[in-house]
Amino acid sequence: MSVDKKTVAKIADLARIAVREDELDPLAAELNNILGWIEQLSEVNTDGVAPMTSVVEVALPWREDKVTDGGYRDEILANAPDSAHGFFTVPKVIE
Amino acid sequence: MEKYIPKYIQGATGDWEVVIGLEIHAQVASEAKLFSGSSTKFGADPNTHVSFVCSAMPGMLPVINEECIRQAVRTGLAMGCEIHLRSVFDRKNYFYADLPQGYQISQFKDPIVGEGEIIVDLEDGTTKTIGVERLHLEQDAGKSMHDQHPTQTYVDLNRSGVALMEIVSKPDMRSAEEAGAYFRKIRTLVRYAGTCDGNMDQGSMRADVNVSVRRPGAELGIRSETKNVNSVRFMMQVIEFETRRQIDLLEDGGEVFQETRQFDPASGTTSSLRSKEEAHDYRYFPDPDLLPLEFTQEFVDDLAKALPELPDAKRNRLINDLGVSAYNAAVLVAEKESADYFESLLDSLAHKTGKAKEELAKQAANWVIGDLFGALKKTGKSISESPVSLKDGAELLALQIDGTISGRIAKDVFEIMLDTGKNPELIVEEKGLKQVSDTGAIDAIIDEVIADNQDKLVQYRGGKDKLFGFFVGQVMKKTQGKANPQVVNQLLKPKLDG
Amino acid sequence: MTDLTKLTLAEARDGLAKGDFTSRELTQQHLAAMEKGRELNSFIVETTDIALDMADKADEMIKAGRGTGMTGIPIAVKDLFCTRDIHSCAASHILDGFKPKYESTVTANLWQDGAVMLGKTNMDEFAMGSSNETSYYGPVNNPWRATKQDGRLSENNYVPGGSSGGSVAAVAGHLALAATGSDTGGSIRQPAAFTGLVGLKPTYGRCSRWGMIAFASSLDQAGPITKTVRDAAIMMESMASYDDKDSTSVNRNVPNYEHALTGDIRGMKIGIPKEYRMDGMPQEIEKLWQQGIEWMKAAGAEIIDISLPHTKYALPTYYIVAPAEASSNLARYDGVKYGLRVEGNGLSGMYKNTRAAGFGDEVKRRILIGTYVLSAGYYDAYYLKAQKIRTLIAQDFAKAYEKVDVILTPTAPSPAFAMGEKSNDPIAMYLNDIFTVPASLAGLPAISVPAGLSADALPLGLQLIGRAFDEETMLRAAHVLEHAADYTAQPKIWWGEK
Ligand SMILES: [Mg+2]
Ligand SMILES: [Zn+2]
Repeated sequence: MSVDKKTVAKIADLARIAVREDELDPLAAELNNILGWIEQLSEVNTDGVAPMTSVVEVALPWREDKVTDGGYRDEILANAPDSAHGFFTVPKVIE
Repeated sequence: MEKYIPKYIQGATGDWEVVIGLEIHAQVASEAKLFSGSSTKFGADPNTHVSFVCSAMPGMLPVINEECIRQAVRTGLAMGCEIHLRSVFDRKNYFYADLPQGYQISQFKDPIVGEGEIIVDLEDGTTKTIGVERLHLEQDAGKSMHDQHPTQTYVDLNRSGVALMEIVSKPDMRSAEEAGAYFRKIRTLVRYAGTCDGNMDQGSMRADVNVSVRRPGAELGIRSETKNVNSVRFMMQVIEFETRRQIDLLEDGGEVFQETRQFDPASGTTSSLRSKEEAHDYRYFPDPDLLPLEFTQEFVDDLAKALPELPDAKRNRLINDLGVSAYNAAVLVAEKESADYFESLLDSLAHKTGKAKEELAKQAANWVIGDLFGALKKTGKSISESPVSLKDGAELLALQIDGTISGRIAKDVFEIMLDTGKNPELIVEEKGLKQVSDTGAIDAIIDEVIADNQDKLVQYRGGKDKLFGFFVGQVMKKTQGKANPQVVNQLLKPKLDG
Repeated sequence: MTDLTKLTLAEARDGLAKGDFTSRELTQQHLAAMEKGRELNSFIVETTDIALDMADKADEMIKAGRGTGMTGIPIAVKDLFCTRDIHSCAASHILDGFKPKYESTVTANLWQDGAVMLGKTNMDEFAMGSSNETSYYGPVNNPWRATKQDGRLSENNYVPGGSSGGSVAAVAGHLALAATGSDTGGSIRQPAAFTGLVGLKPTYGRCSRWGMIAFASSLDQAGPITKTVRDAAIMMESMASYDDKDSTSVNRNVPNYEHALTGDIRGMKIGIPKEYRMDGMPQEIEKLWQQGIEWMKAAGAEIIDISLPHTKYALPTYYIVAPAEASSNLARYDGVKYGLRVEGNGLSGMYKNTRAAGFGDEVKRRILIGTYVLSAGYYDAYYLKAQKIRTLIAQDFAKAYEKVDVILTPTAPSPAFAMGEKSNDPIAMYLNDIFTVPASLAGLPAISVPAGLSADALPLGLQLIGRAFDEETMLRAAHVLEHAADYTAQPKIWWGEK
């Protein structure tokens, strides 16, 4: 499996990272280099092996259904690059 | 139960069949959100029911709300679905302004609830079984407001992280009516189980509607998915519109594209949500911040035992044990409030009259559906807003049953109750509406009536039996309807017969 | 007054308790050293006023007899930990100006015990790197420089290792008595080895991840970076806790780790994995490892050869799992809630420009790799396969621990290298973590202990890997190893003297 320019553009788009046209080829080369090295995993026989879900052997803790958090809007918005009337604001979503 | 008859749609080039699947999002009834301790209450000021966790601050982590787990299991049980003792939370990755984490925690490969079946009643008296594919738990997103500012979208995260149950049907529905019946049935079930308030105005329940068409018996066609439809009426409009649109397209030699569409309530039409089809790739993978969700069969059994009586069981009991008609039973159980009102009324009535419920149920059901529902419908009120309290309703029926007032008078009293909200005993007392059963008084009136209508008496005795009713009517008229009709009958017959 | 910055944490604790000096004095000396040591670029933020305030409070605690092992100890905090109202940016441009309104559990534990915060330390951006050259705030310089053939110190700067490069430089340069680090694939242990320090990564789940900016959730663990094993034991006890805000936190009592340092490892079984003897491993590393084996044998331990057959696959496995999780964890940096925003064409343009400008090359590289391995069609071949191999790696360890109590290996395949030497070859850089990554994938505790010097007089470390939640046995062995190695070397000060 090797990635081409088009694939790099596609995954950069999925990851929402702007990539200039002239960066695509070098990026593809870098990714292929890493993916090629990762390729050695295919020699491991993993038939019947369960994928790891967690390294800790404990049960998922459950929280009580109680309102214990929230109610501090100023702190929620304190770091926002932009906000208005208690809302986060973003450039208008054009669909 | 009658046999289900498939419904085909006639096109210009032959018959078509519509295939419908629904993904219903039902908001879990809980105090706090799925993975954080902030409130789920509707209608708060923007971003006030938001914690550092639901605003995806760096380093924040999810911890699951146990009530949301229980609610999902209860819902699964209510739908007769398989409950999975082990399920997994996955991340569904995509970017959107109201999705602060950049992913939604959902369940993909291993949902908490698996397959089940729902039986729905159709208007023609038939029933249909519709398969449930799965139910999974997931986080709701926040809310984007596009109309507050000319160049900006405003984002409120109050809903962000609220627990949703996504209930996915099999593509088993073949008409708008069936889809509507299925949606209503699910709504009834979650409301009985107490797992979702079913409040569509507040977005507590909404559906993604998948529609495709095909020639009868052919392979499934390409489907469109119309997102976030928030009423049964709209959903049925979506199906009608999409069915027509797709058939027209195909008959004109075109093709249907798999796409996401949105519904416009003003025009009753759907339109493509994205001008350019954007390739979605959600890159699901198990959320490493959470371990698999595991519980025991005993946990499930305890929840099952504590579930309230569900609509199907209740309906059967009303019909078989209490003698309520099938139609009335269906109407009563459709809304949990109606069924609750009826059952409480019946309890109170049995208590007041000392009679068994079986003896009273039929009459009580007739009154609730005929009189009360009729009145509520006229005023556009729901049963919880009824101007006639449970206690007063039961009292009114009791007055009728113990003979204090006649059925005729009861209707008048009910009208007054609706207008004034007064207690029926008080109304009867004030207006002197008590039924007259005193034989002496009635005797005297009968004599008067016979004396005034000698000509009719002759005709009656000459064989015109029907005139019996005329004499009864005259007696009732003279007593302003208060005479006990049974007593009138008993006394009148021998006198007329001579 | 004596130079208090040369004390160990344990010595400082004892001095404070005896009243030989105050925390204010101890803190002031470190603040002065920090000023002088700015050339190391180990701190991004110096919290001078806060430090003196905290020192005064600590002095009161000690006076009132409420002192703990950490009370009054001036420490540096990796920029990965969220500290309330103080710059917490994971050395990334994308979190520009972010000051959280909350305190990470690990730092809160330390402050609760009276530790003193000197500032936030530099690191590889989002902890992605093994040389601390990827920070938005510039590379960190290792206090150590190679000694040339002629006995003079090299003029070149050396890397401190990464990602906790700022933390190790601060401690090795005696700007802080100890520091917090975080370890995802070796980010505590490898830099500790590069700077002649002790670096401890506890069992996954031992320290809360709440408030620690996430890189790869299933691997990230906080731990101490200290001058001695005893110091690590003292600091570890303070940092560790069960936290109900972290679903992967493990509810176990935190032992008194210092009590584990008995100096007696007679009969302890120490495993030597043959697969760690890699092709092309420098002779001096091999020699040091052999020396470590001899020391442990001399102390009465039993040396047992073991096999960890999937060792060579650990690194490529890690470079699927960690980037996959990172690609999702870093999706929240989108210019909406905090940090950098770079406007663009609409919402999507804003996302793309913000993330292009805010993330450095290595972070972008890993996000792209992670996005790719999770994308449709590749998930099974990459991510799922890697998680299966991860199971095999964990099983290798589990099998080994049937026979041994701890495992001894080198920490890194080389000593510190010159700045820029490997920054153009990602894989060469990744190979730095070849010995540290397997324990990370298996969630096991591991510690690096300074054990000798390279040919050009740079520090070298040996690693001990313990059983899950058996940090005590591992610390006991590390303590013995430390004493046997009798490592006393200190960097020659080249900074701040001009
Ligand atoms: Mg859906
Ligand atoms: Zn959904």
